[in-house]
Amino acid sequence: MASDLKIALVGNPNTGKSTLFNLLTGLNQKIGNFPGITVDKKTGYCKLPDGKQATVIDLPGTYSLYPKSKDESIVFQVLADQKNPSHPDLIILVADATNLRRNLLLYTQVADLGLPVILALNMTDMARKEGIEVDVDLLSERLGVQVVAISARANAGLDQLKLAIGNRTSVPTQVAGADMHALAPEAVSKAKSVLSSDRDYFAMQLLHQHQHLDTLTGEEHGKLEKIKTETGFESSKLQAAETIARYRYLSTVMTGLIKDTGAARKFVFSDKLDAVLTNKFSGFLIFILILFFIFNSIFSWSSYPMELIEGSFAWLTNYGHQHLPDGVLTNLFLDGIVAGLGGIVIFIPQIAILFAFISILEDTGYMARVTFMMDKIMRKFGLSGKSVVPMIGSLACAVPSIMSARNIESWKDRIITIMVAPLVSCSARLPVYTLLISLIIPNKHIFGFINLQGLTLMGMYVISISAAILVAFVMKLVIKAKEKSYFIMELPVYRMPRWKNVLFTMYEKSKTFVFEAGKVIIAISIVLWVLATFGPPGRMDQVDQKYARIEAAKDSLQISTLERDKAAERLENSYAGILGQTIEPVIKPLGFDWKIGIALITSFAAREAFVGTMATIYSVEGGDAQATTIRSKMLAAKDANTGLPIFTFATGFSLMLFYAFAMQCMSTVAVVFRETKSWKWPMIQIVYMTGMAYIASLIAYQLLK
Amino acid sequence: MKLSQLSQGERGTIVAFTDLEMSVKLMEMGCLPGEVVEVERFAPLGDPMAIRVAGYQLCLRKNEASVIIIQ
Repeated sequence: MASDLKIALVGNPNTGKSTLFNLLTGLNQKIGNFPGITVDKKTGYCKLPDGKQATVIDLPGTYSLYPKSKDESIVFQVLADQKNPSHPDLIILVADATNLRRNLLLYTQVADLGLPVILALNMTDMARKEGIEVDVDLLSERLGVQVVAISARANAGLDQLKLAIGNRTSVPTQVAGADMHALAPEAVSKAKSVLSSDRDYFAMQLLHQHQHLDTLTGEEHGKLEKIKTETGFESSKLQAAETIARYRYLSTVMTGLIKDTGAARKFVFSDKLDAVLTNKFSGFLIFILILFFIFNSIFSWSSYPMELIEGSFAWLTNYGHQHLPDGVLTNLFLDGIVAGLGGIVIFIPQIAILFAFISILEDTGYMARVTFMMDKIMRKFGLSGKSVVPMIGSLACAVPSIMSARNIESWKDRIITIMVAPLVSCSARLPVYTLLISLIIPNKHIFGFINLQGLTLMGMYVISISAAILVAFVMKLVIKAKEKSYFIMELPVYRMPRWKNVLFTMYEKSKTFVFEAGKVIIAISIVLWVLATFGPPGRMDQVDQKYARIEAAKDSLQISTLERDKAAERLENSYAGILGQTIEPVIKPLGFDWKIGIALITSFAAREAFVGTMATIYSVEGGDAQATTIRSKMLAAKDANTGLPIFTFATGFSLMLFYAFAMQCMSTVAVVFRETKSWKWPMIQIVYMTGMAYIASLIAYQLLK
Repeated sequence: MKLSQLSQGERGTIVAFTDLEMSVKLMEMGCLPGEVVEVERFAPLGDPMAIRVAGYQLCLRKNEASVIIIQ
């Protein structure tokens, strides 16, 4: 899209930056109350009052330009590097009015880089409630930039902000703050001449962190390094001196700026909640209850819509078979595409419910308390409290969670988090678990309200999380690292969740699942249908001829089961059948037959393909005329040799364990490669996870059979 | 005295830091010399801890709090 202006949103975490971004652009994204939720650079478009169009870039929240994590280093790169494609013409610095001084620290750094800035003072309504009144005009006069009071949550002050963007100047107007040149005069002067810049602070920032800028030449890097050694440039010491100098400057800026009429002690409600929610005894209890409630809800609330969807698709398939002309295309459409589609749509209720809960936990600020409570335990196992969010996020999907591990500062903590995150049961396993649990666990209640199936599901999650923690502990001993890990973070005040945001998350995640995972699943469904329908010409012809002979002989005994036997034999001789049979010897000890073998093969592309595969395989097989749902078809499935049901408790449980541990997701492999920048980690992950899956299933099946 | 040695509800004024690198991060978060801090609570397992500083709640590990010298 053509754009007249590039605007970057910069600010501390939890300042409502993402909410403002949504309001400005109308483009929605996830907003959370947890520090660092904005991981990826997000871009949207905004129409200005003068008819011009602006590109808005939402940068990750940070407390300063000195990055403590990979996430934060993006802010420096975008703002300092003129050659960066996202380098803005204008910065909107979003500051939390309830905590102005800390927020203004980042402002002074950004302002010193020499780009035009507008200060958006957010949460002014909250500040007023707490009795804090900021003199906006005085602040604007002292800083020399436009200051706009807004409230992104209440959607207030947005027009004024857009007007301010319209009134922007092309040259920076901010008054000079703390004297940066005085901190390291010699080094800064020399660096300025190397970079041919007249900006003291820009030169100094590059001395600190030129290694983050790829666009400098090797010669420039070398020269900057040389200046550092010649002038005795001590990075940490200078950063400390800079921070103190900036706060000193800010104390003059803030003199007489704020009228604090409120009581000295604020956030009383939040404190009271914390006293209960992070209490020694009730804290963990409540956390476990919340988790239990979530899993119970996923099962019980989704059962009605799921039955509805299941029934509709069964009806559609039946109706289609009755009314569409018989033939390969009809079969492809109904047994390949519709069956695959049904296997996707059915999980929308569960995914929507899970994401509603995750979004509420993040939005209210409870997730930050969970990291606070869990840090000590997590540290024992080589993780950090900050790993809790990627781990809990992995309950939904490991892919975004692995990306969110970027805000873990320590390399070792981060690698371990990335390595174990895919072990945590993601939503793609949910379909597999749901289907298998409904096959092997009776739908009964104990004590009248605990659903036995829900309890089993929770058990699967407990197993997967325990495995993740155990592996993390082993990796903690194996992986060596020197650097320190930090856990200095803000605990945001508790807030009501933004229900609109919760609804949006439910919609967005379901949509992503249907379209992203769905594409893969439909494609696999079609490939599978082809593999299951066609086979090596010689073998398929033999089967056809054999049944043609039986039909011609009109053997009444065989005629009754003719269609079913023929379909089964065709499947066995199809390409899919041959593939499944080839791996059968390897998976037989786990209790799997060749049909499950086919599902395992397709699942290596994506786990959720299991259900689609089962649907396709059992549709092709035909089975009982009454059995129209996947579940009833699988329930009716019998071993061809023994006549015993295939999905016994032992097989079902072994299969669930295999899906719990095995690395069966191409997207995860790709994202781990992207995040670690090496094939080493994804390879280790594939080997250890799949190995673990095989051994666990082997032990389970051999003990239970 | 170190910040990590305070008990719940106790206050102190920051006077110095014993770790330069950590001090930058702490100061960025508002823990400045001269600032009054109050221990709000400890995590259920005794570590990390939550403190009230500069009008908001900050949480940090005890080993991180131990670089903050208070009076």
